[in-house]
Order: sequence, then structure tokens, then C-alpha cells
Amino acid sequence: MRAADLVLLLPIILPAVTAAAVMLVLAFRRSHGLTVGLTLAGLAASFASVLGVAALAPQQVTSLVVVDGYALFFMGLIIGATFVVTLQARAYLKGRAGRPEEFYILLVLAATGATTLAASSHFASFLLGLEMLSVSLYALIAYEREGPLGVEAGIKYLILAAFSAGFLLFGMALVYAGVGTMEFLAIGARLRAGGQVQSELVLLGLAMMLVGVGFKLALVPFHLWAPDVYEGAPAPVSGFIATVSKGAVFALLLRYCSFLHLHAYGPVQLLFVLIAIASMFGGNLLALLQNNVKRLLAYSSIAHLGYLLVALLASGPLAIAAAGYYLVAYFVTTLGAWGVVTALSGKEGDAEALDDYRGLAWRRPWLAGVFTAMLLSLIGIPVTAGFVGKFYVLMAGVRSSLWLPVVILVINSAIGLFYYLRVVIVLYRHARSEEPASGALREPSLVVPSLSLTGGVALCGLTLALIWLGVYPATMIRIIEATAAHAF
Amino acid sequence: MMLLWLIVLPIAGGVLALLLSRWSESWPRWISLLAAAAQLVLAVVLWGQRFSGAARAGDGIWRGELKWTWIPQFGISFHLAVDGLSVVLVLLTAFLGIMAVASSWTETREHAGFFYLNLMLVLAGITGVFLAIDLFLFYFFWELMLVPMYFLIDIWGHEGRHPAAVKFFIFTQLSSLFMLLGILGLYFVHGRHTGIYTFDYTALLGTPMGQMTAVWLMLGFFAAFMVKLGAAPLHTWLPDAHTEAPTAGSVILAGLLLKTGGYGMLRFVVPLFPQAAHRLAPIMMGVAVCGILYGALMAFAQTDLKRLVAYTSVSHMGFVLLGVFAWNALSTRGALVQMVAHGLSTGGLFFLVGALQERIRTRDISRMGGLWATAPRMAGVGLFLALASMAIPGTGNFIGEFLVLLGTWRVSIPLAAVAVLGIIASATYALRMVQVTFHGPNKEGWKIADCSARETAVSAALMIAIAWIGLYPKPVLGTAGLALDGMRETSAAAAAPAPPEAGFPPIEVKPEPASPSATTPGGRP
Repeated sequence: MRAADLVLLLPIILPAVTAAAVMLVLAFRRSHGLTVGLTLAGLAASFASVLGVAALAPQQVTSLVVVDGYALFFMGLIIGATFVVTLQARAYLKGRAGRPEEFYILLVLAATGATTLAASSHFASFLLGLEMLSVSLYALIAYEREGPLGVEAGIKYLILAAFSAGFLLFGMALVYAGVGTMEFLAIGARLRAGGQVQSELVLLGLAMMLVGVGFKLALVPFHLWAPDVYEGAPAPVSGFIATVSKGAVFALLLRYCSFLHLHAYGPVQLLFVLIAIASMFGGNLLALLQNNVKRLLAYSSIAHLGYLLVALLASGPLAIAAAGYYLVAYFVTTLGAWGVVTALSGKEGDAEALDDYRGLAWRRPWLAGVFTAMLLSLIGIPVTAGFVGKFYVLMAGVRSSLWLPVVILVINSAIGLFYYLRVVIVLYRHARSEEPASGALREPSLVVPSLSLTGGVALCGLTLALIWLGVYPATMIRIIEATAAHAF
Repeated sequence: MMLLWLIVLPIAGGVLALLLSRWSESWPRWISLLAAAAQLVLAVVLWGQRFSGAARAGDGIWRGELKWTWIPQFGISFHLAVDGLSVVLVLLTAFLGIMAVASSWTETREHAGFFYLNLMLVLAGITGVFLAIDLFLFYFFWELMLVPMYFLIDIWGHEGRHPAAVKFFIFTQLSSLFMLLGILGLYFVHGRHTGIYTFDYTALLGTPMGQMTAVWLMLGFFAAFMVKLGAAPLHTWLPDAHTEAPTAGSVILAGLLLKTGGYGMLRFVVPLFPQAAHRLAPIMMGVAVCGILYGALMAFAQTDLKRLVAYTSVSHMGFVLLGVFAWNALSTRGALVQMVAHGLSTGGLFFLVGALQERIRTRDISRMGGLWATAPRMAGVGLFLALASMAIPGTGNFIGEFLVLLGTWRVSIPLAAVAVLGIIASATYALRMVQVTFHGPNKEGWKIADCSARETAVSAALMIAIAWIGLYPKPVLGTAGLALDGMRETSAAAAAPAPPEAGFPPIEVKPEPASPSATTPGGRP
């Protein structure tokens, strides 16, 4: 490792430094505003470093990490998302009991793990990044120690994540035993070269790793934790899990699959098809029954990861670009949707019951407008990013003639309409005529939602990004094609 | 640039209406009316400028075009173009747009700004659908008109609006996603064949492909248009949505949204997949005829006035489908005239029913009766529109259905004979409607105000338009005929030998080109 390599690693180092700096400053001066400012500054510096390093990429830095356009693209996405979550969390945490400052340390640490994952090209860095992300998330999910839900969610996540990490490790060990290396590229090369390495041992190892990854992505049948954790965690953290945690692991999965040419192996491909179909159907059908917006968004995110798997299955540069675009759209949309939930959550608890949203359009038209835009983007209606994302994924699927997953995606989009529209309907329900008397009781908690200047700025930015990505996607496609899709 | 203004004007009007609704209750509707009127003026100017005078041979297909690169990576451009077919439908859109605004003048008081925003956005989306010539852009507008329409039904509709709105959304969205698959399939088939990946309609015309591929891709498009057209058996969303929508929503649904389906059939399904369309034409025409009779029978059985009118649409749209798949000079012209005339007459009927409902607070025809005495003007308008609906000579509907039947006769005599029964059936429901509503004893003792000046003006404009098309259809036929013939030529070049079309009818049409089957497959002018 050379000193110059440290520069290449700046997008990973800077978030870590930010976390340390915030921790040190906290020892001397406990101030929410200062902490947020420092965090934002650190994240902005990290983002700048991503742009700066882009000129030097692609390079392999030690055997653990590869800094290429693909990694940098996802690093930028992760850091940007963390920035947005920080903005949203400020007002949310402000009104609540307990100390808000440590939240940001954990958040930035989790982001550090996520950036490591995006650049990982080796089992060691894979596990390291994953654990750094997971451990921070345990604490973040249970950050509200007062309520029973938060602690329950935290413990649930802890146990299941540890369990799945065990699967992942065992899988890695088996693959290592069969192939004799832990570098993705080398594994891929040996798998292709040797006949007998494609043994049951390796296949079993790959499958067990898939369990670990599937858990993180909350793919059916590894999704059972998702609704409970999303419900119990503070709203900004749920948004963070849905985007940064899933996005980083998906980026890694995509790289892993491309390096190993997993599509070439029939059984693995079949497994992915089955998981994709199960996730789409599972997520959408289970979401139909929800009256809790946080749980509904959790199931919706399961379904969206299923859609993403369709892009993963369609190999080739178009598929990688499609997955990249879909992830960007998904990040913007999901952060926006959770941002609205965050903004509406008062001190007493999160705005999660569907009733909390009744007639929002007439009470807070802008917020309702943003939420509508996000929901329409989740459906995939034009002018929003979700439309272009879905279009891109379908395009990749049709190109690879994946007719079964593509048709199932289409059918699931229609199923998804039911529950997204249910929320939209509630937003625009006339508060006067249809609201029962009990609605009045809830009103006070909603009149003072925690929307602040920072949260508002974040939502505005996300909405603008949503529309920009939906109306003029050419720029983002160019960026993705120039960076992400050329990595393989 | 004019084409862009046609789309931008309603959007701007809607946004302005929303912004100004804060200060005044009546501004939103005035601004919307102004925007819709401006759109109509623009459309008329476009028509007068570009479509007057005889066409020259070297004119090409489009009379006006606007093309900007949009997403060059995929070969997507912001490509608007107008020919005779689209200009007629854009004129209809602008005309019915004014009517829709007028019909909600007093009906909608709650959240008026947002209402007019949605109304104007639907109009913009529909205009975009008629003008877009890039398949991606077409899909973009196609989906765009969905959401505001959904809001119109869901927020300002009647009792059962929520399920109706969701049903409408899901039917149209699912079917249009299948169309998206069809578009993408066509895109890749064309790209693999020629090496040029593009969504441009003119480039995609005449793409050679295998028979089964063509059938599957066509069915993708067909699903979307069939649902929008509201032709049986994919019509089940239509009666619910039409019934529950507010008056303006019903007017737009029946008058315009259904026409986008017919337009799609004419513009995309047959020209893009001529062979597949030709192969499946007998089935499609059979379905169309069944739809005609089914819709008429269902209309006869309804007691809800709006539902009744909605089912007449199912019946009339069957004629459009029949005309499209008979695919000859007469039947395609007939389909187009039928679309325009039906848009006017059924839009008018919904306008009338809306006005009636505003006064007597019910749509149940068993509670109506004897309204002629208390509201003679309204009843007269109702009678005229009912007569138009049953295609009495002298109305545009007659020209449309007659041409369709004439064209169908050349393709299949039995089908034409059965379809004629649909006209007879239409007499039963139309007359029953008039009889039960306006004649007979006034059981409930209704005393209602007759048409206001606004309603009289709108009705008069409608009746004049319907009679004009009925008595002197040449402007419509002349404008659109050339475009329709052009599409038939390009598709005939690739299709199997077309049915013989000797001896031309008395209506003024461009002479038929020399035997189409002589051209090589895939060749385009």
C-alpha cells in the first residue's frame, strides 16, 4: 500500500474521520446544532472527495478494495443519502427526550461501512463493511430506548443480523475452501477455468452467502424482520435502512454477481428468479393488508428490491445502468417518503397510522404534494424518477428476454397500485365530511409536526431531484453509463 | 412551436388556477376557461394554416413537426407532429375542454383550484397523446393523463367514487404497462434488425418481424387501447368511472379519454403491425360486434342515467373498433367521424345529466319523469342528443356509423348485418331514456330551473357541431382522410393482399393508389 492509495480511500476515510471528530467535539461541548453542522460538513467533504477521486479511478487499492467509477458512484449516492437523513433527523430528534448527538456518530459510522461495501472486492472488506453497517444500525434502530417498540426492533435486528452474518461467514468459508481465494475477481476466474471447482461445496457456499445478503436486502423469504424493524425504528433510521443499507449491499451484490458471472450458473440464476418473484409478490401482497404507513413502506421496499433483482438478472452493461438508475430513483423516492413521515411525526410518536394522513392535502398542501409525488414515483408514473427507473428495468429485462420476471413485474406494479392509492386517497379525503369525531383527538399532535427548515430543504431538494430525474433523465444516464456501467 | 403551445397552455392555465384559487373563488374557472379557449383558438389556427388547400404530393406525412433530443442514449426524442387525424382530435379536445370547464362552473366549489389544475392537466395529457409521435413520449403522456383523472374521480366524484377511481387506475395502468412491454419489444426487434435503436414512430413503421412476435407485441398495444376505448370485454371500469366521476370528469372520460384508445388503434396497432392486425382482424371485428350489441343491451337495462349513457359508449366504441379493423377507406373514416361525433353527443349527454343531477340530486330514472313541462329547453336538448346517439341522419353519429357499416360490408357481410342491429338497439335505449326522463307523469312533482344562459350556450354549440358534421362532414373527412389513407398505404405495403376496394363512394376521398400488394414488404414511401 502506497501513500497515494490513502487519497483514493478518502471517501471511506473521511466519513470515519467525521465520526471521530464529532465524538471528540462532543466530549467538550454538547450542542445539537454544532453536531449537525459538523456532520454535514464532514459528509460534504466526503462527497467532494468522491468527485475528486473520480479523476484517479479506476484503481485497485490493496486486494481488499477497488476504487472505480462504479464504487465511487455508489459512494456518492450513499453519502448523499446520509446527508439527507441527517437533515431530516435534526428536527425529528430535537423534540424528543434523550440525547440526540450520538445519533449522528452512529449514522456516519454506518455510512462508512456502506461506502466500504460499495468498494469491496474481497470477502474481508465485504464482511468488515457489513458488520460496521450492522452494528451501527443495532444502536440506531433502538435509539429510542423509552418505547417498547424501538428496543424490540433493535433486538430483533440484532439477533437476525448476527444469525445471517453467520450464514454469510460460513458461505464465505465454503467458497474459500472450494476455490482457494477470497478475491471476487480471482474467484470468478477460477470458477470459469476449472471444471471441478464448480462443486457442490462452492454452490452451497454461494447459496449460504445469498442468505446473508438476502437478509440485508430483506428479500423474501428473508424479509420477516423488515416490517417490525421499520415500524419500531425512528422514521429517519427506517429511511436510512431502506436506502443506504440496502443500496450498499445491492451494489456489492451486483459487483459480486458480475465478477463471478453468476448468471452463467443455471442453479444460481434460477434461485435469483425465484427470489425475485417471491419478493415482488410477497412484498406487494403483504402490503395490501397494512394500515400502518411505516409497515406499508417496509413491504413496498421489499417489492422494489424484487424489481431491482430483475435488473440484476438481465446481465450486461444495460442491466447495470438500469440497476444504477433504479437505485438512484429509489433512493430519492424512499428518502422523500420517509422524509414526509419524519416531518409529520410529533414528539409523542411517529405518524404511522393511516388516519394521521387523512385530509393532509387540505391541511398541509405542500407536504401532501411531496408525499403524493413520492407515492406516484413508487408506482412509476411519468414525470417522476420512479417511472424512468421502472422503464429502464423493464428495458433491461426485455432486452435479455426475461419474459417471466418482466411480466410478473408488470402484474405486481398493478397490485402495488392498490396500497399506494389507498394512501393517496386518504391524503385527499375531505377532512370535514368523512372524518369521524376521533380524528379531532389526533389533530394536536399533527399541528406541530417536526418539519423544520433543514427537513423542508431536504424535501424540496428531493422533490426537485425526483422531477428532474423523471423529466430529463439524460444527464443521470450519462453519468451512470460513464461510471457505473463501465466498471465491468 | 405551436404544437408545444397546445400542450403548455392548459398546463399553465391549470397551475395559474391553483395559485390564484387562494385569493378568489371564481378566478380558477375563468382562467381555465380562458386557457381552454386559447387552446381551441390555437387549434383552429393550426387547422386553418396547415390543412387548408389541397395537399401536394411531396408534403410528407406531417403537416407540422417539433423534434428535440430528449434521451439520446435510448433514441428518445421529444417529437410532436400533427397530421389530419391528430388535428381533428386536438380540435375535439379543445372544444370539449371548454365544455368540461363550463359543466363544472357551479358544480365544483370545494378545492376549486386543485380541481381545475387536474382538469387542465388531463386536457394537456390528452393533447399530448394525440400529438406525440415518439413512442416513449406517447407513453409518457398516456400515463400522465391518468393521475389527474384519478384525482377528479376520487376527490370530486359521487358516492361510490373510491372503488371506481381505483378500478379505473388499475385497469388502465396494468394494460398500459403491457403496452410498454410491447413498445420495448418493438424497440429491440427494430434495433436488432437495423442497428438503429429508436422510439420514433416513423422509423418503427414497417419493422419486419416474425409472425408470432408481431402478434404478441400487437396484443400489448391492443390491451392498452382496448381498455381505454372501453370496448367489451375490457370495459368493466368504464360504467363505474363514468357514473362516479363529476360531470366534467364524465365529459372528458367519454368525450376524450375513450378516443385516445381509438386513436391508438388507428395510429399504432394496425400501422405498426399490419400483418398481425390483418390476421386477427376477423376476431377483433367479432369482438367489436359483440360489444356493440352487449353495450346496447346493458344500456337498455340501466336505471342510473349516467350508467345508461356510459353503456351507450361501450356500444358506440364497438363501432370504432369495427371500423379500425375493417381497415379500408370508408371504415377508417367512419371510425374517426364516429369518435368525434360520439365525443360531442355523449359529452353533451353527460353535461346534461350533470345539469339535471345538480338540480334534482338523483340520477335514478325511475324517479324522473315529466320534466319536459318544467324544463322544456333542457328536454329539447336531451331529445336532440338522444337522437344523435341513435344515429339519426343529419347527425355526425349517422355519418360515422354509416361509413363504418359500409366499410365493414366490404369485408364481411354477416358482421355488418349483425352490427346494424346495434343501431336498432340504440333506438330502444335512446328513446326509453327520453321517454322516462322527460315524458310521462311527473311523479315526484319536480319543479326545476330550465337551462341557464351558460348551459344553453354550451348545448347550442354542441348541437351545431353535431349537426354540422352530420350535414357537411367534408371538412373532417377531408382533413383526416389523407392521413388515414397514408397510414393504410404504409401498412398495406407490408400486409397481405388487402380486400378489394373497387368503386368509390360518393364522399370525397383521395383516389385509391395502385394495387398495394405490388410494393415490396417493408418498403415505405
